[in-house]
Amino acid sequence: MNWFGQLVLAYIAVLGFGLIINIPRRALNIAGWIGTLTWGAYLIVQAFDGGVVLGSFIGSVGIGVLSNLAAHYKKMPSIIFNIPSLVSFVPGSQAYQMVRNFALGNYRAAIGFTLQVVTITGAIAVGFLVAELVNRLIAFCLLQWRRFKLL
Amino acid sequence: MMTTDELIIATCLKAGKIMVENGSEISRVDDTMIRIAQNAGVVQANTYVTITGVMMSIQGRNATQIAAVNKRTIDLEKVAQVNQLSRAFADQTIDLPTLHQRLSQLDQASRSFPLWLQLVGAALVSGPLMIMFRHEVENTWPTVVIGVVGYLVFYLLNRYLKIKFLSELVAALVIGVAAEWLVQLGWGTNVDDIIIGALMPLVPGVPLTNAVRDILAGNFVSGPARAVEAMISAAALGFGIAVVITLF
Repeated sequence: MNWFGQLVLAYIAVLGFGLIINIPRRALNIAGWIGTLTWGAYLIVQAFDGGVVLGSFIGSVGIGVLSNLAAHYKKMPSIIFNIPSLVSFVPGSQAYQMVRNFALGNYRAAIGFTLQVVTITGAIAVGFLVAELVNRLIAFCLLQWRRFKLL
Repeated sequence: MMTTDELIIATCLKAGKIMVENGSEISRVDDTMIRIAQNAGVVQANTYVTITGVMMSIQGRNATQIAAVNKRTIDLEKVAQVNQLSRAFADQTIDLPTLHQRLSQLDQASRSFPLWLQLVGAALVSGPLMIMFRHEVENTWPTVVIGVVGYLVFYLLNRYLKIKFLSELVAALVIGVAAEWLVQLGWGTNVDDIIIGALMPLVPGVPLTNAVRDILAGNFVSGPARAVEAMISAAALGFGIAVVITLF
């Protein structure tokens, strides 16, 4: 699958999840673009052999920061943007393999997949934490900038 | 007739209740309620928000009220609308009684998204994610069909049984059996890929994201509670699939 097709699919998938959780229609396009951009970042990390965990981390940092910017721009809560955008980063394949191997009694393989699911989910959570830090930093810089401009 | 204090509290509680019921994170609910109170002229209001109830009092007055949250669905459109109403109130384009009335209307309005649009959403999620995760296009159409059927089963059961975890379990069973059946009919080639794609619309994305956000914001009552909700959902889906895998 070439990278362009992947990006289009990422946009479509985010749009679909946005429809399922009923985000406002005028937020759908931006949420889709956030999903596309961050999936692009993930693909770049993959191209440099960065691994799934680092890719998910960078993707979730991007989602957190871009969602916050979009929330300010559109004056809507930021969860409207970051929940649908995250759908392509869900470790669904690994979670399925985990369940399958546990059910079939291949416990060694199952534990391997469990660890993968845990590390990817953890990377996404830490990514959100870092994004929160970046968001505060951006807000602080904007505040300082405005203050100096006023002075 | 309500006094002003009572009306302020009733309005804030209504706003908070709608937001919690429809899947907002706790810190946003807190923030919105305090903002409404401040814009209504209350200097110091106290709020206590968890995912099962909202409480509020006005400092120094004999006014405290509780609103219980018994049902929780996911409808982020309503969260955005409460946000918009609160902004309109802050800009003084609407007054407090109007805000209260609008919130009551919003609360009573049924889910605004029609079912067919959600099914389109399920189709758009399952097919593309299967291709992205598994790097193959052979099983796309079976995945889309089973994804839509699985979501439909989940939606209908959840509507009439009102037990989310049971609906997820049954939906996972249906997805697993249908995938096996289609592969045996010869329409699909890989059961694993079809199941992975078809399950994606049911992934508990909102509870999971909100759990992380609530815990990061320091809400240690609601965050872990949501994490448990997400984990039980995931376990229900996994158990349904595991049953199918062991049977076939």
